[in-house]
Amino acid sequence: MTLAERVLDGDIRAAARLMRDIDDRMKSAVNELKALYPHTGNAYILGLTGPPGAGKSTLVDQIVAAYRKKDLLVGVVAIDPTSPFTGGAILGDRIRMNRHAEDSGVFIRSLATRGALGGMSRSTMDVVNVMDAMGMDVIVVETVGVGQDEVDIVSTAHTTAVVMVPGLGDDIQAIKAGILEIGDVFVVNKADRDGADRTARELTTMLEMQHPEPGAWLPHVVKTEGARGVGIEALVEEFEAHREYLKNSGHLQRLIEERNAKLFADTLRDELFDTVFGAIRESGRYQQILDGLRERSTDPYSAVEQVLAAHAFS
Amino acid sequence: MAERRLRVLVGKPGLDGHDRGAKIIARAFRDAGFEVIYTGLHQTPEQIVAASIQEDVDLIALSILSGAHNTLLPAVYSTLKEKGAEDIMLMAGGVIPEDDIPGLKAAGVAEIFTPGTSTEVIVDWVRSNVHPRA
Repeated sequence: MTLAERVLDGDIRAAARLMRDIDDRMKSAVNELKALYPHTGNAYILGLTGPPGAGKSTLVDQIVAAYRKKDLLVGVVAIDPTSPFTGGAILGDRIRMNRHAEDSGVFIRSLATRGALGGMSRSTMDVVNVMDAMGMDVIVVETVGVGQDEVDIVSTAHTTAVVMVPGLGDDIQAIKAGILEIGDVFVVNKADRDGADRTARELTTMLEMQHPEPGAWLPHVVKTEGARGVGIEALVEEFEAHREYLKNSGHLQRLIEERNAKLFADTLRDELFDTVFGAIRESGRYQQILDGLRERSTDPYSAVEQVLAAHAFS
Repeated sequence: MAERRLRVLVGKPGLDGHDRGAKIIARAFRDAGFEVIYTGLHQTPEQIVAASIQEDVDLIALSILSGAHNTLLPAVYSTLKEKGAEDIMLMAGGVIPEDDIPGLKAAGVAEIFTPGTSTEVIVDWVRSNVHPRA
């Protein structure tokens, strides 16, 4: 049996191995993904993003528990950074959620960014698709701890939750562009700390400054204490409300189409680069270009035009 | 471009709360270019094995300072076998008497490092003995 057949058959090891092959960019993984693709598109994908130490992993642990109470199967993709110097990584999100390790209705996978920017790993969408094909009802994607500009999660998740904590800055931070624009739900975690009410108020004020179209989704601010499980029910209700909104407003279809387009564009970009770059390196053309650049007899722009002119794409 | 990267689970089974050694090893593995899945304290053998399977690791590295190694390490190995995952290698470190080492190796532990071992020795052992599965 192929890995894909075993995944559809419920084989956990096969699923884990396929995710590894995807992450290690093995050619064989592409065929397995092709076979799984018709079986995807059923899961509800929930993204959690926010700064390091905001309590994202602890919240994921609680969210998993809440969805398990509803008897839903839950997948988790937890992303942590790769060292830019050694290529190694410490993936520590699991510490907060390993109580679910033995629950056969939960599958948790840690991914390292492996050089990708934007708060995600290149493999995220494909790993989510494997979990989708495994039959997971809800898939929670936890990004790396982000700063202000890592917003790739929006093109992966149906619902994006931005997790903040008290004390990170004043209300000017709250009106800046970036991650605070992408939340469908805002969470003020560690709400037992000083300043939580103020942070929640500033976020609410920021959200109320928007002039949404009639019928558009209005993000709310939910206060939680992840470590004690406070506010989780309200948070999950908010996720469900957003999911309903997506379904009823037709927005879901738009999201799915954007997501499909992105997966196609990303795959095309990777494959085109690998194919063209591999070919010119093989043929010695790449070295000629580098020599030309050193002598200033060519420039990067003309070199690329010439490489592309040698291939027909129409 | 296709490239296998070594994945290692580092964790602490049982009830002792001393995780400094485990953290030093996790850091040394990170610096060696491995991907380390760190599961932290108080893990049961079943949790360790389930996490190792989901994470598709090549090696499980456990730190034990409680004296319960003769119970916990064979339990991890037999759980691996039960799940058909004994191809994942198992190593341990901690306060483990020399006399116990042969028995543990016979029970499926590939290597054991005792206090005073440098991280270079451990990383070298991993590099020469653990290979990402094809």
